[in-house]
Amino acid sequence: MKWRVLLVGLTVLFLSLFLLVPLAAILVEALRKGAGAYVRALLDPDAMVAIRLTLLCASIAVVASVIFGICAAWAVTRFRFPGKSLLLTFIDLPFAVSPVVAGLLMVLVFGGQGWLGPLHLGVLFATPGIILATIFVSFPFVARELIPLMQEQGTEEEEAALLLGASGWQTFVRITLPKIKWGLLYGVILANARAMGEFGAVSVVSGHIRGRTNTIPLHVEILYNEYNFVAAFAVASLLALLALATLGAKALLEWKLRRDAEAAQREAGA
Amino acid sequence: MSIEVRGVSKSFGKFAALRDVNLKVAPGELVALLGPSGSGKTTLLRIIAGLEFADDAGGGPVAPAGAPRVGFVFQHYALFRHMTVFENIAFGLRVRPKATRPSDAKIRERVLELLRLIQLDSLAGRYPSQLSGGQRQRVALARALAIEPEVLLLDEPFGALDAKVRQGLRRWLRKLHDEIHMTTILVTHDQDEALEVADRIVVMNQGRIEQVGTPEEVFHRPANEFVMDFLGSVNLFHARAEGGQERRVFVRPHDMEIGHQAQSDSSVRAVVKRIHAAGPMVKVELESEIGETLQVEMPHERYGVLGLKVGADVYVSPRESKVFFEDYSI
Repeated sequence: MKWRVLLVGLTVLFLSLFLLVPLAAILVEALRKGAGAYVRALLDPDAMVAIRLTLLCASIAVVASVIFGICAAWAVTRFRFPGKSLLLTFIDLPFAVSPVVAGLLMVLVFGGQGWLGPLHLGVLFATPGIILATIFVSFPFVARELIPLMQEQGTEEEEAALLLGASGWQTFVRITLPKIKWGLLYGVILANARAMGEFGAVSVVSGHIRGRTNTIPLHVEILYNEYNFVAAFAVASLLALLALATLGAKALLEWKLRRDAEAAQREAGA
Repeated sequence: MSIEVRGVSKSFGKFAALRDVNLKVAPGELVALLGPSGSGKTTLLRIIAGLEFADDAGGGPVAPAGAPRVGFVFQHYALFRHMTVFENIAFGLRVRPKATRPSDAKIRERVLELLRLIQLDSLAGRYPSQLSGGQRQRVALARALAIEPEVLLLDEPFGALDAKVRQGLRRWLRKLHDEIHMTTILVTHDQDEALEVADRIVVMNQGRIEQVGTPEEVFHRPANEFVMDFLGSVNLFHARAEGGQERRVFVRPHDMEIGHQAQSDSSVRAVVKRIHAAGPMVKVELESEIGETLQVEMPHERYGVLGLKVGADVYVSPRESKVFFEDYSI
C-alpha cells in the first residue's frame, strides 16, 4: 500500500516536472503579451515559410517512409535471402546514429568539398537537403511497425487470394493492405512526429537562411536566440500541439489495435 | 482433370522434403496423401497447387501442364478476416478481369447457391471471427468451389477441429465428392480419415511414397513395415525362422485370439495387464513371458465368454500375421 502510493506519486511528480510544467510554460509564455502578439508571431512571413517547409518535408518523408516500409517489410517477411539480418540491422541505423552525425554525413557527400560536391547539385543549404535529412531520420518507423505485424499474420491469406485468381496487386490492395492498415497508420504517426520535430540533422544541412531554409524547430531556435520569447514560444506551441495531437491519435490507435488483438485471440481460442 | 507428378524432388536447405516422387491421379478421383508430419505430403500438395516449386535438378516438370484452376483449402482456413462470409466466397469471382467477370447479380446467385450447399445461408453477413471452426472450414471450401476449380486440394482440412465435427465434415465431404466428382487430393495424418474418405491412399514417409492403393489394399496388404505400423496398431514378435534367421512378425490386435489353453505352436503365454471395455471393441493389454507388451482386440461377446480379469494367465495366438522380407538385390 505504502509502496503503491510512493511509486504512483513519484511517477506523477516526474511527469509533471518534466512534461506538464514545460508544456504549460510554453502556452503561458506564448500568450504573455496577449492573443494578438501570438497570432502575429505565427503570421510573420518567416514563420509561415518555416511552417510550409516543415509540412512539405514531413509529408515527403512520410510518403518515403511508407513506400520504403512496405517494401522492406514485404521483402523481409515474405522471402528468404542471404543477408536478411544485416538488412534488419541497417534499417535500425537511423535510430542508432545521432541526427547531427546524419547531417554531417550529408555535408560530406553533397558539400563543396564532398564526394558529389563538384556536381553542384544544390542539395545542401536548400530544400532538397532538408528533405533528404528528414527522410533519413524518419524512414525506419513504418518498417519497424510492419515487420513484426506481417511476421505474425503469416502469408496464408495472400496465398489463398492468389490461388483464387487474384493478381499480385489485387492481393496487396484487397488482402494485405486491410490487414496491416492500423499498423501502417501507427508507423505514419510516429514517422510524422519525428519528421516535424527533427532538429539536429536538419540544422546541419539547412544553413539557417531566414525565410528560405528554416523549418519550425530551427525558426524557434533563432527567435529564442534573439530574445524574442513570445514569438519563439508561440511557434513552439505549434509543435507542442502537434505532439499532443500525435499522442491522442496514437492512444486511439493503440486502443483499436488492442481490441483487434483481443478479437483475434478470442478467435484463436474458439 | 487428371494430375500427374513425375520425378519431383524438393529440399529446404539440407532437409529433403521430397525425393523423386511420382504420382498419377485419375479424373474425378479422391486421393488421400497419408503420412506422419515431415513426410512431405503437404509439400507435395503445395507443389501441385503451384505454391511451391520443385527442385528442377530432380527430374521433369510437374504436370498438369498449363496452370489448372485450383481450389485450395488450408488447415487453418485462411479466410479473409476483414470480409464477411459472403464476400469471402465471392472473392474469386470479383477479382476476375472485367472481360470474364460475372455480373453482380450472377455473383450473388452463385454465392447464395454455395451458401445453401454448405448449409450456412443464414450466416452470409457474419465475419470469420464470429463462426465456429467447422463453419469456417465449410466457408473455406465454398470459397474454393466458387471459382469452379478443376482440382480440389485440401491440406489437413479437418486437423484443427474436434473429433465430432471432424466426423461430420468427413462424411459431408465424401458425399459432396460423390455429387460433383471433382479430382480431389486430401492431405491428412489421420489414418481413419484417409481410410474412410479416400478412393485411393498414398502412404508417404520421409519424402517418399511407400505404397499407393485402395483403403482395403493398404490396410490388409501393406507393402512394408512402415505402412503396416502407420495404419493402425500392431504387435511385433521376433520369431526365429529355419536356418536361424530372425524374422519380425506383425499381427494386428484384432487378429489375435486369447484362450485359456494353448491353441498351436505359435501360442504365447501372457498375463492380462489392463482391460479397456468402453468402446465398440474390448481392448486388452497383456505382457508375454519374455516381457513384450501385446495388444488384443475382441468383441464384447467373446470377452464375456472368456471372463477375463486383470492378472489372469492366458494364451495368446495370432490368427493372421505378416512377415516382410527385405528386398535383396543380387
